[in-house]
Amino acid sequence: MLGYATRKLLISIPVLLFATLVVFLLVATVDPIAEQRVFLLSQPGGFEQVERLEASLGLDKPLIERYGRWLGDLFTGDMGTSTDNGRAVTTLLGEAVPVTLRLVVAATVVSVIFGVAVGVGSAIRQYGAFDNISTFFAFLFFAMPVFWLGAVLKDLGIRFNDWWGRRIFFTIGEQSPRLDADFWGTWADRAGHIILPALTLILIQLAATSRFQRSAMLDVLESDYIRTARAKGVPRRRIITHHALRNALLPVVSFTGLTFGTLIGGTVVTEVVFNWKGMGRLFLESLLNGDVAVTQGWLLAVGISVIIVNLLTDLTYGFLDPRVRDG
Amino acid sequence: MAEVPTSVLVGDPADTGIEARSQWRLLLRRFLAHRLAVGAAVVILLAYLFSYAAEPITGWGYKDLSPDLSHGPSADHWFGTDTIGHDMFAQSMRGLRVSVHVSLVVAGIATVLGSILGAVQGWFRGRVDGALSLLVDFLLILPLLPVLMVLGTRTRASGGSSLMFVAVVIGLFLWAPLARVVRGEVFSIREKEYVEAAEALGASNTRIIFRHLIPNAMSSIIVYATLTVATAILLETALAFLGFGIQPPEVSLGSLVDEGRDAARTRWWLFYLPGSVLVVLVLCVNFVGDGLRDALDPRRETRR
Repeated sequence: MLGYATRKLLISIPVLLFATLVVFLLVATVDPIAEQRVFLLSQPGGFEQVERLEASLGLDKPLIERYGRWLGDLFTGDMGTSTDNGRAVTTLLGEAVPVTLRLVVAATVVSVIFGVAVGVGSAIRQYGAFDNISTFFAFLFFAMPVFWLGAVLKDLGIRFNDWWGRRIFFTIGEQSPRLDADFWGTWADRAGHIILPALTLILIQLAATSRFQRSAMLDVLESDYIRTARAKGVPRRRIITHHALRNALLPVVSFTGLTFGTLIGGTVVTEVVFNWKGMGRLFLESLLNGDVAVTQGWLLAVGISVIIVNLLTDLTYGFLDPRVRDG
Repeated sequence: MAEVPTSVLVGDPADTGIEARSQWRLLLRRFLAHRLAVGAAVVILLAYLFSYAAEPITGWGYKDLSPDLSHGPSADHWFGTDTIGHDMFAQSMRGLRVSVHVSLVVAGIATVLGSILGAVQGWFRGRVDGALSLLVDFLLILPLLPVLMVLGTRTRASGGSSLMFVAVVIGLFLWAPLARVVRGEVFSIREKEYVEAAEALGASNTRIIFRHLIPNAMSSIIVYATLTVATAILLETALAFLGFGIQPPEVSLGSLVDEGRDAARTRWWLFYLPGSVLVVLVLCVNFVGDGLRDALDPRRETRR
């Protein structure tokens, strides 16, 4: 197990370096002064001004030199500063990450637990009433764009508040502005704000996870060793809990890692819909402002989180499956 | 070697009076048995054709401005009008057409790339497979939406020609799942006798890949192509919703939802109707994909 873990950890290092290169090249496709350029070039003497602007941002240097400098700064923990508000990228990320992390963790934990339960429940009575109902909803939410589902839930929440006469669901922001409460009061307020955005992500993740778990469970239930267990008279309940479920849970571990990237995309959209001041907003604004340092820092932070999540799923998989661990 | 009529060797179908049942016909029959999938395919086809017929029938084009501002659905404006008098039905139909076109281009690019690269991986194995596998693994865990948003900043600067750009960019990122599946299929196909025979007869790598490997992996390819269509529609509309996809004056269902969402409570038609068109479209594509999967996968026959 230790050898397997070390091997996986060592592989992550070149992957991480490769990710920095991809992030850098990707952002190099963004022209941070696109709008000024169009404006300045239409003016007399604009060309010289554009050149001066490029020099001040270091855009006149060759790509490889810019990459080297950026990478060197990264190793010293310096991700640059925002050209929009002059604050350090690390500070901006430090503020945004915890907000988004709440949403991502809540959505992942709930959708995995319910997804496994629903998938297993559907599989053990295939084409029963529960299976058909869950299949229907899985298809429905699988077809829903995150941005539409989020906006629908937001609208329904507002309508519910009007009907109830009191604000039950918070639909804007990640917590109340100018909130003056103790520790528990703050978290209660945050919990009220997280319900609808988390529900948006949960419903969509749940649709995919439950279908995946269902087919994993069906595959296991059809396998030879289950037939053997049944033939030698093991009770059905014990077959499901001891023989089938343990093996059917394995694929969901890697599935969670594989869909993490999609979840990040969904989170960006959800934050935009519910006006959260998290990673989604930070990214959107950096792109709209041509704030290259923030875009780079953001992509790198997300890239690292994707690598870490996949490393964790690999390790969990290895821990649970002796074939992978020793093979 | 003396000329032998082929009919003697393989039997002329005309002699027996029985028409050979081709793979495709068999497939079509199994698909047609799947009522929901057939219904969904018909809905998509009719909706697409109707997106062209909408203007002559309702009398409103997607760029036309009506004097009725912010009116609810009526006989004249089936989906109502927005603040400046656009007919929302015409706009939604235009958005539907754009989504269909974008997703077909995406599926085309992703399917061609995925099939060929997957077959190359499975056929050549070794170092080629290793290098491409790294790329596939990378693409599979990549958070697509943020990456597409960065590339989409270009559509904001350029106007007009954003449709093809968006489609091609999405297509270049969506081939990895298919490549992985085709690779797996080719690993088993390459051991078959007919591939061995083709190799013994001196067929080139290209011929084996295009004449033997890819056609025999076709069932997975078709299923994944359908899934790609659904993914492409969701990505295209999400990009447009965020403002990094298809740009005005072209219409996307995503940007219609974005413009309508603040009015969801007061002018529900602006938000709920374009959104419903989008959901029904993706739902139908998924139903078709599910039907195709049942029709193409012999293992599933007993299950469903």
